[in-house]
Amino acid sequence: MNTGIVVFPGTWSDRDCAHAVGEVLGQPGRYVDHREENLDDLDLVILPGGFSYGDYLRCGAIARFAPVMEAVTDFANRGGLVLGICNGFQILQEARLLPGALLRNASCEFRCEWVNLRVEQSESAFTLDCRPGQVLRIPISHGEGNFFADLQTLDAIERNGQVVFRYCAPDGRVTAESNPNGSLSNIAGIANARGNVFGMMPHPERACEDLLGGSDGLAVFRSAIHALARVAV
Amino acid sequence: MTYRAEVFVTLKPVVNDPAGLTIKGGLHALGFDSVTDVRSGKYLVVTLDAADEGEARARVEAMTGQLLANAVIEDYRIELRSEVSSVQGGGS
Repeated sequence: MNTGIVVFPGTWSDRDCAHAVGEVLGQPGRYVDHREENLDDLDLVILPGGFSYGDYLRCGAIARFAPVMEAVTDFANRGGLVLGICNGFQILQEARLLPGALLRNASCEFRCEWVNLRVEQSESAFTLDCRPGQVLRIPISHGEGNFFADLQTLDAIERNGQVVFRYCAPDGRVTAESNPNGSLSNIAGIANARGNVFGMMPHPERACEDLLGGSDGLAVFRSAIHALARVAV
Repeated sequence: MTYRAEVFVTLKPVVNDPAGLTIKGGLHALGFDSVTDVRSGKYLVVTLDAADEGEARARVEAMTGQLLANAVIEDYRIELRSEVSSVQGGGS
């Protein structure tokens, strides 16, 4: 799985992603500069977390117009796998590659903690390795992860099975207490209708080694490897 | 001509505004009990050159739709005026 990790000014999780995919999973890859315009060599493009362009105006609003985003959009439209994590999720929404928006956390606080995610959709390219209802433990680290979409959009993504992860209690129950940021319907991660573009607020790259507190995040990257192998067969 | 556009970006009424709610709580704590609601937003001042007011307005509308506001969550209002004074700042 040749993986491209996009680096904007202000991106901070690029090296964690490279460590998870390259060192832990042994996959080839490279960093992609925000000015690049050709992603043809890649199987998976990751937009990592951080504070691209200082999060000025709105999170992801400026990054969305970086030259590389035109290439990311073409890549996605051709069916390439795109994973947006945290700020990357915000950028994908600003680019209209994913529906909805991420508002300031309901608490108005930056939240940095481990959360539990229930797998709602195990057919997604990024959750193929998971069972429906499985609970993954992965950390969040954000101030603006409060998922919002108008009722019509929310209804559509629920019906289409585009909701991939929901914040939940350790036993899998979706409760108000387990929602760390006020997201509508406890939504933590969604895919586009085609299923090849996926955004999530929690950081799977920070949960890839037991030494660091857990390895549930590996399922996201392993699923992508298996989804690509499935296409190649 | 030089124009000055004031762009007011606000969250749509249907969108929850945690910052506004927190500010409301702060006002209540200060004794301003009559406050029933606070909505926060952004205020941007864009100075630009254009042939006439129509062109200036069209450009500001375009840039606001494209970048300054996110139509998924935000509304905006634009107030445009021509810059009368060419003396600004007054030296270093």
